[in-house]
Amino acid sequence: MSGATAAGEHGARSAVPGRRTWRLLAAVALLVALPYLPGFQSDFGRSLLTQMAIAAVFALSFNLLFGQTGLLSFGHAVYFGLGGYAAIGLMRAINHGLPLPMLAVPLAGAAGGLLAGAVFGAVTTRRAGTIFALISLGVGELVYAATFMLPGIFGGEEGITASRTRATVDFGFPLGSQLQVYYAVLLWTVAAALAMYAFTRTPAGRMCNAVRDNPERAEFIGYNTQRVRFIAFAMAGLFAGLAGGLHAINYEIVSADAVSAQRSGTVLIMAYIGGAAYFIGPILGAIVITWLQSSLSDYTSAWLLYLGVFFIVMILYAPSGLAGLIVMHRRVARPRALAGVLAAYGIALVPLALMAGGAILAIEMGYRLSTQPELGTRMRLLWMPLDAASPSPWIVAAVALVGGLLLFRAVVPVVASAWERAAARA
Amino acid sequence: MTMAAAYALELSGVEKRFGATEIIRGVSLGIARGERHAIIGPNGAGKSTLFNLISGRYAPTRGSIRLDGEEIAGARPFAINRRGLARSFQVTNIFPRLSVFENLRCSVLWSLGYRYCFWRNADALRDAGECALATLEHIGLTARRDEAAGVLTYAEQRALEIGITIAGGAQVILLDEPTAGMSRGEADQAVALIRRVSEGRTLVIVEHDMSVVFGLANRISVLVYGEIIATDAPERIRDNAAVQAAYLGTLPDA
Repeated sequence: MSGATAAGEHGARSAVPGRRTWRLLAAVALLVALPYLPGFQSDFGRSLLTQMAIAAVFALSFNLLFGQTGLLSFGHAVYFGLGGYAAIGLMRAINHGLPLPMLAVPLAGAAGGLLAGAVFGAVTTRRAGTIFALISLGVGELVYAATFMLPGIFGGEEGITASRTRATVDFGFPLGSQLQVYYAVLLWTVAAALAMYAFTRTPAGRMCNAVRDNPERAEFIGYNTQRVRFIAFAMAGLFAGLAGGLHAINYEIVSADAVSAQRSGTVLIMAYIGGAAYFIGPILGAIVITWLQSSLSDYTSAWLLYLGVFFIVMILYAPSGLAGLIVMHRRVARPRALAGVLAAYGIALVPLALMAGGAILAIEMGYRLSTQPELGTRMRLLWMPLDAASPSPWIVAAVALVGGLLLFRAVVPVVASAWERAAARA
Repeated sequence: MTMAAAYALELSGVEKRFGATEIIRGVSLGIARGERHAIIGPNGAGKSTLFNLISGRYAPTRGSIRLDGEEIAGARPFAINRRGLARSFQVTNIFPRLSVFENLRCSVLWSLGYRYCFWRNADALRDAGECALATLEHIGLTARRDEAAGVLTYAEQRALEIGITIAGGAQVILLDEPTAGMSRGEADQAVALIRRVSEGRTLVIVEHDMSVVFGLANRISVLVYGEIIATDAPERIRDNAAVQAAYLGTLPDA
C-alpha cells in the first residue's frame, strides 16, 4: 500500500499539476481561519492548536528518519530540546536588548538542532538498524542526564525561562497573545512542512527512500549509505530543533522534559499512528495524539493507559496508520460502494461499543481501587454512580467485554464481505 | 598508458579467505574492453565470491584488482561503482517500495553528477528522467513504470535488476546469474536483453545455464575450487579435457 502511493506520486504530479496547489491553499486558509471557529476561540483552544502545529513539525522531522530513511530513533527529543535551549537562549538575548524580532527565534532552534544533529549524527549514522536505534537511546539518556549535570547551561530542574514579549523590534508582529503565537507558529509550521516535503523530492531525499528500501543496493549504484543517513539525520535535527524553538516561544520555558525519553516516545507514537509511510501521516498523528493528551486527561487519570491501548490496537490492526486507513477507504470512495462498507461498520460498531464499554468500566474501577484508594470506592462514570467494591459492576463489565468480543467475531465476516463487494465495484 | 590499461578489468593473484577457509585461491584474469566474458563452474566454486571481491562487497585477502588500470581492491562498493563498474545480484536486489521508474532514476543520479544534492527537485532534472525512461524502454517495463517494484513478477524484477545495473552507464557490467529461476522463454528474452544492453561495454557474467553462456560469451573462464582451470574461446572450452573432467560431462555436446 505504501509502495503504491510512492509509486503513484510521479504520475499524479505530471497529470494534474494545479490540483495539489489548490488543495494546499485551501488547507492553509482553513488553518488561518481555525482559531476563529467555534471551539477554538478560547485561549485553551488556540493553545491546543499551537501545540498541534508544533507537534506536527516535530513528528514530520522524526519521520524524515523513520518513514523516509528507515532509521528508528528512540532519542529524537534530543534535537527538539537542544533546539529549544538554543531558542530560549536567543529569547533571553532579545530580552536583554538584542535587536532581533521574536519571530526569528525558531531559526536559532533550527541552527541548534542542525548542529546537534550533525555532531551526534556523525557518530550514530555509522550504523543502521538495531544498532542505530540503541545508540539513539543512549544519546537520549546522555543528553537528558547532561541537562541536570550542567545546570549552568540547561538551568537544572527549573529549566530556562524567557519572555516572548520583551523585544526591541517586532516589525509589527508582536508575540503576546495566544492568537499571535498561533499565527507565528503556523507560519513556521507551513514553511517547515513545505521544506521537508521539498527535501523528500530532491536527489538526496529520493536516495533516503532507496537506502530505506535496500541500503546494500544503494552502495552499488554509487551512494555512500552512511552519508545519506547523515544528511537525513542532520535535516531531521534541523526541523526538530525548529519545533523546539516554537515550543520555547509558546511556553517561554525550556526544561529537561524537552529532551526526555517520554517526548522521544511520544513523537514515535505520533508518526506511527498517523502513518509513517505517508508524508502527511505524522501530521495526522500529531493532531490526534496532542488532542488525546489534552482532552482525555480531563476525563480520566488513566488516559496514558488508553493511549497505550490505542497505540497497540493501531500497530496490530492498522499498521499503515490513520493515513493508511484514509487511503484504503479512498479507493472505495464511490458513493454506492462506500455505503455498503459504512453499513457493515455500523453493525460492527455495536459489539465494539459493548467491548469498549466493558473495558472502560473495568479499567476505571480498577484504577480507582489500586491507585486512588483515598477517594473511596464510590465513583461516577459518565452519569452512572457505582461502587467499585461491589461485584455487580464487575459482572456487567465482564459480560459486556466477553459478549462484545464474541459478537464482534461473528460480525467480522460481514465487514469482510462488504469490503470485497466494494472492492469489486470500485 | 601502461600495459595494464589494455584490460578493462584485470585480476592478479586474488585470494580470499574466510577464517581458515580459502574460497578464492589465486585468481588471475584479464578481460579486454568490449569483451563478453562468462565465468562458469560447479556450485561452491567461488563465482559469486569472485564477483563480491571485484565489486567491493568484500576486500580480497591478497592480490590486485584493476579497473581500467586503476587499483580497486578493497575499495568500498560505491567508490568502485563511481569508477564505472556496476553489478547485478543473483538474488533480486531492488528497491521494493519505490516505483519502477524511481528505481531507475535513483540508479542514474550519481553518474549524472547529482550526488547528495538536496536543493533541487528530482522531477525537474530532465536528464535523470530521460535516462530512467530510456532504460525503462530498454528493459521493456515502460507499461509498469508507476508500479511499486516489489509487486512486479519475478521475470520483471529480474529485468529491473539488470536495468538498475546498466542505467548509470557503467562501462564494466557484472551480471550474477541473470537468468536464475527463469523459464526457457524468459531466459531467451533475458539473453536478448543482455546482448542489447552490453553493446559497446565490457560484460562479465556468472551463469549456470550453458545455452546462455555459449550464446553470449566471447570467452569463458572455468572456476573450480577457487581457481581458474581454463580461460578460452567457447568452442575450445567445450573440448578442454580438464573442464570436462570438472563437469563430468554435463556440458551440452551440440
